[in-house]
Amino acid sequence: MEQSSASNNNRSQGARWAPWVLLILVILTAILNIGTGSVTIPPGKAVQILIGRTGLLEIGKDWPGTWETILLDIRLPHTVLIAMTGMALAASGSAYQGLFRNPLADPYILGIASGAGLGAVLAMTVEWPYELRNMFFIPAAALLGAVLTVILVYSMARVGRSTPVSTLILAGVAVSSFMSAISSLIMILSKEELHRAVSWLFGGFSLGGWEPVIASLPYYLVGIPLLMSLGRPLNVLQFGDDQARQLGLNVERFKLVIVVTASMIAAAAVSFSGIIGFVGLVVPHVMRLLWGSDYRKLIPLATVGGAIFLLLTDTVARVVVSPSVLPVGVVTSVIGAPFFLYLLRKTRREIGYW
Amino acid sequence: MTALKFVNTSFGYTGRPVLHDLCLEVQNGEIMAVVGPNGVGKSTLIKAASGILPLTNGDIQLEGTSISSMSLQERARKVGVVPQALHLPGTFTALDVVLMGRTAYLSWFEHERQEDINRAREAMERTGTLEYVERYVGELSGGEQQRVLIARALAQDPDIMLLDEPTAHLDLHHQDRILKLVRKLAAEQGLAVLMALHDLNLVARFADRVALLSNAALHSVGEPREVLSADLLAEVYAVNIHVFPNPKNGYPIVTTAD
Repeated sequence: MEQSSASNNNRSQGARWAPWVLLILVILTAILNIGTGSVTIPPGKAVQILIGRTGLLEIGKDWPGTWETILLDIRLPHTVLIAMTGMALAASGSAYQGLFRNPLADPYILGIASGAGLGAVLAMTVEWPYELRNMFFIPAAALLGAVLTVILVYSMARVGRSTPVSTLILAGVAVSSFMSAISSLIMILSKEELHRAVSWLFGGFSLGGWEPVIASLPYYLVGIPLLMSLGRPLNVLQFGDDQARQLGLNVERFKLVIVVTASMIAAAAVSFSGIIGFVGLVVPHVMRLLWGSDYRKLIPLATVGGAIFLLLTDTVARVVVSPSVLPVGVVTSVIGAPFFLYLLRKTRREIGYW
Repeated sequence: MTALKFVNTSFGYTGRPVLHDLCLEVQNGEIMAVVGPNGVGKSTLIKAASGILPLTNGDIQLEGTSISSMSLQERARKVGVVPQALHLPGTFTALDVVLMGRTAYLSWFEHERQEDINRAREAMERTGTLEYVERYVGELSGGEQQRVLIARALAQDPDIMLLDEPTAHLDLHHQDRILKLVRKLAAEQGLAVLMALHDLNLVARFADRVALLSNAALHSVGEPREVLSADLLAEVYAVNIHVFPNPKNGYPIVTTAD
């Protein structure tokens, strides 16, 4: 990718203030998100309620008591889960892109989300003890589905010693459709779970309260910092497997760690929030345009960017057809699918990336 | 001292042998050029010497130690590889690229230490690439990229350097500059150099010894004046060849003949 010298200098200097800009945007979008819903709570009031709750400041209550309940018991956990899901999907997407050396890789496009979805649906149809089910069995089944899918897609897409974009996407689409079809079939056959599963699969965040937040936290706390700290060897991998080996990187073992970690957090996102497409594609790409493709910077920036993007799209999902709510996956796909097509055309011209 | 030794080495891709029963030694401070017709396996030989190609028979030894008994890290600390500067990811700065030569000295989670940065800058100084430190490699010319890759190999702190067609696609000025640099490094640092090279006239000028490959085997090995003979070359390249001494310096000049 040939870039002009001026834009490169701007990019590297911009990266210094990038984290601060993104952090402020996360806070702003979170406040916006938390106030949006069937009962609108103005951003200023939402902040006052939250600060009042911490007990740090005495704030006179001039809002209805129900607001406090809505905000703290329903909205806050939802907003936190949305932010965490966005972070997980974007971190996972950028890691897959580094792994496949391809900016079009994304848990959704590679079929990994569908594979995780099938794993989760299978787990839902089995009568597990309730407490263990959401916390453990569904994410574990989703992870298994995700890892098996990525292996399947990768081995199908491989031509000789390389993995061309075209075959990778074709394999992803085919495997994804197949997995989704099986998921639908299982859901239709087990009727009582049908309704819940459908809304879940479209990314409806149907589980409420703090339970999904707490249940998904361990996966993200392990996976996301791990991916963030592997930026340097991911950069080495961009020179191809042969050069990476000649430089002393144990490529097989490293790829395995990346696949398992990225699949784990993508599977956790699918387990607790349903299938939400294109977050892992759109967000890292915007970060690349703004601050370059160095994975040491890209993964942390994309992670924070993922939270911003999903908080925004979720806010939109709750406003456009108010008082009812669109599944957030519908909104991300409406934005992401055309973006994907644009990227596909653009990457074809940039030979360096294929 | 023998730095790199092929002992009855055979290797190839699935089902198709590329080189058979190769015996060859490269000494410290010596430049060994590998020549031969297209597809004879020059690049594959370079790959095998770096240890990333499984051998079907025989052994490759780095300073007496069998390459198969060494980890990727251990090999990378002994052998620096300079690939062709094609399809380099352009979005890294020259310093970033050279720092990747320190991969074998760092764990996955470690950042480069001051010592690594010093090593990298030293390697860039030797290769005349220090002026590109902050430049993105995608902006550099082919010859400049090639020197950055040599700096990356030097940053590995190797005893052996392998180069795959380092002068491909370069103009006369840059060809000359790259090979003079390689010769300087071999002389000053005692590097053993194994280099695939297409241009026989460059081989004549810059190589200490030549390994001529033909039909999946080593055809002959020796000093350029011995190996670059019209008869030998005509046999291997299947074309009529003239070889005559350069009137200025006496190096053999090779051209095709009617």
